[in-house]
Amino acid sequence: MNFLRNQLDKIKPNFEKGGKYEKYGPAFSGFETFLFVPNHTTKTGAHIRDGVDLKRVMITVVLAMVPAMIFGIWNVGYQNMGDGHGFMEYFTFGAIRFLPMVIVSYGVGLGIEFAYAVFRGHEVNEGYLVTGLLIPLIMPIDFPLWMLAVSVFFAVIIGKEAFGGTGMNILNPALVARAFALFAYAPFMSGNEVWVADSVADGVSGETILGALYGGTVPQTSVFDMFMGFIPGSVGETSVLMILIGAAFLLFTGIASWRIMLSCLLGASLMGLIFNTIGSTTNELLNFPWWQHLLVGGFMFGLVFMATDPVTAAQTTKGKWIYGFLIGVFAILIRVVNPTLPEGMMMAILLMNVFAPTIDHYVVEGNVKRRKKRLLKVNA
Amino acid sequence: MSTDIRIKKGLNIKLRGAAALQLSASVRSKIFALDPPDFHGTTPKMEVKEGDKVKVGDVVFHDKANEEIKFVAPVSGEIKEIQRGAKRRILSIRITADTKDSFKDFGAKTPGNLAGPQVKEALLESGCWPMIKQRPYDVIANPSDQPKAIFISAVSTAPLAASHEFALQGREKEFQAGIDALSKLTEGKVHLSVQGIAGSFLNDTQGVVLHKVSGKHPAGNVGVQIANVDPINAGEKVWTVHPQDVASIGSLFLTGQYDPSRVIALAGSQVENPEYYSVIRGAMIEDLVVGKLKEGKNRLISGDPLTGTSVKRKNALGFYHDSITVLPEGDYYTFFGWVPFTGNNKFSVSRTFLSWLAPNKEYELDTNMNGEERAFVITGEMEKVFPMDIYPMQLLKATMIGDIEKMENLGIYEVAPEDFALIDFISSSKIEAQDIIRKGLDLMIKEVG
Repeated sequence: MNFLRNQLDKIKPNFEKGGKYEKYGPAFSGFETFLFVPNHTTKTGAHIRDGVDLKRVMITVVLAMVPAMIFGIWNVGYQNMGDGHGFMEYFTFGAIRFLPMVIVSYGVGLGIEFAYAVFRGHEVNEGYLVTGLLIPLIMPIDFPLWMLAVSVFFAVIIGKEAFGGTGMNILNPALVARAFALFAYAPFMSGNEVWVADSVADGVSGETILGALYGGTVPQTSVFDMFMGFIPGSVGETSVLMILIGAAFLLFTGIASWRIMLSCLLGASLMGLIFNTIGSTTNELLNFPWWQHLLVGGFMFGLVFMATDPVTAAQTTKGKWIYGFLIGVFAILIRVVNPTLPEGMMMAILLMNVFAPTIDHYVVEGNVKRRKKRLLKVNA
Repeated sequence: MSTDIRIKKGLNIKLRGAAALQLSASVRSKIFALDPPDFHGTTPKMEVKEGDKVKVGDVVFHDKANEEIKFVAPVSGEIKEIQRGAKRRILSIRITADTKDSFKDFGAKTPGNLAGPQVKEALLESGCWPMIKQRPYDVIANPSDQPKAIFISAVSTAPLAASHEFALQGREKEFQAGIDALSKLTEGKVHLSVQGIAGSFLNDTQGVVLHKVSGKHPAGNVGVQIANVDPINAGEKVWTVHPQDVASIGSLFLTGQYDPSRVIALAGSQVENPEYYSVIRGAMIEDLVVGKLKEGKNRLISGDPLTGTSVKRKNALGFYHDSITVLPEGDYYTFFGWVPFTGNNKFSVSRTFLSWLAPNKEYELDTNMNGEERAFVITGEMEKVFPMDIYPMQLLKATMIGDIEKMENLGIYEVAPEDFALIDFISSSKIEAQDIIRKGLDLMIKEVG
């Protein structure tokens, strides 16, 4: 550690103001602060500060995704090979396919982040640590790596940097990547062949539950399998149990908003109940029990890891209730009645990302009105 | 008449080194100082020059914008030096103190028998006026204003802050006289917030609306109490006075002399035996801390750890401060310090530390930032420590871009920098909220007045 510190101190002057590589200062500081929390002391304002910083927050979110990720990697192998193999066999099969996606996602994304930091002379922000892992978790496992790279490129440049970087973006960058991929490379992103690795070559049916319902058949998957995640789907989304473990971790550490999670659940349940009550003879999705809607597709993963993204969600307490509730409502609405997509969570979150500032505006406006009314009363 | 104010939001930061409730006399400094930068927004116009003799209460300088507001010598002696900084800005006026003070006589009066303008004149003449501050803007009150109320908070909730209750012991008569005088300055009420400790003389103060305040910090902040009782609207003025200054004002009327005495807490984990000292305003930090500190690189703070000013040994105790806090400096690197659940000797509101397991532990916090400044990312954290009907993050953003209409709409008139001190502390993006608000208030003074 001390050796490392000494080495860093030795080369640091080159990257400081007036140094040889002054321009690359932000990149250097990105690496340095990754290794060491800096020695900065308080200059203005409060003399003592809370121990937490954005790095710690972001890493905590990444940790929360680990259970879903490990299960997902295992499930990639399990879905392809079926019963009768050992844990490591499944896991290795999945890891060989999944790890390259992670490397591409982080490589391209962080590369752009560093380039922008140097270009614009600001510090490297930690936001991409989370986005970089979210993206491979919500893509089909066979998604070609170059397409992944293009999607990440688009998401980081157009979804984030164009708005000013982490903290300023309107849309969740991971979902921007997914939406981009869905529209640009549709055959690789939907249908029955993409959700299980090598499904065509190995002759495994990769039909998802929502896909089956959408096609008009009622799948015979047990609720236990849906909950545990022994079903086809993108890597991170299948196991509700593992996602709930992550959710518990996020709620316990106080990082994710429980209000968004709860209201989203309520919204989706309500919408599911309404559709169940209406019922249909032609659309099986209307008859799919409302509580099973919560277990399948990307609903849980989106609810826990994407709807709660503080930058793109509503920022006021009241706003969070409305925002979460509407995501739930729209996710099921899009799922059930839209004619092209079997899943609606991504679109629901992106839609509400766009409306979050509007929700906040009206919530804050309530406060402003109260203040103005008070003033009128005094002046009267 | 008494009402209760219960504050639910907030945060108590438990720090090691709280001052024990015992009072010692301090060594009398040889040099005292009057520092114009203590009085935010004041441009000093000198009335003495180096070598002049002054008595306690003699005018040293007045405010250029408002000549009535005078600043007086806290000790008798000789003007030793006028220290200037960049652009000849006056930083400090040093006075070599006599061994025994001689006082200028302003004449003892009974405040109850005086009319408002007479009280005002007495306060302006004697140099007591700067003790009265105004909201909005958190600057010295304008004598020509009519405040809608005067608020005094005798509740201290900030970490390591001095107890007003203890500091005012034995000054019951002066405190009451001060209240009597202040009540002549407003047509509204004088509000006094107390902790409501049984048997405290503050509970029996006459001529005030008494509020019993309970809750976590910032419940003791006068701004939080104003927001709770009678929020400030655009165009309104509320005056606030520090409880010890109320006693000083009372003392002026009872004795006819300017009272520069102050009881301060010397606290913090780097202090050997934290306790209270009776001192004189403008005393040198060096004389107050010498021989009382632990070894190590220390941060000396005039004031409390959240709102105080960083000082050197040759600086003076701040005019408005009633404590000196000494904390360890935190200029060290932490290898992989951001890994969750490590570094548990640090205090955090988030549960990414295990410190929440020991809620009653007293922490030895240093001045490390524990990270770097970033854009706003996490939402909802500020609201937890901000007990006013204001959206703090939205107000901060409006203030950062200097959008005056938005600032007004979001409640800039109701806040002072100290109300944002806990936001400085908890912000995971390390936002300098107090600094932003101070600059915002200065902008409002310039643009709106």
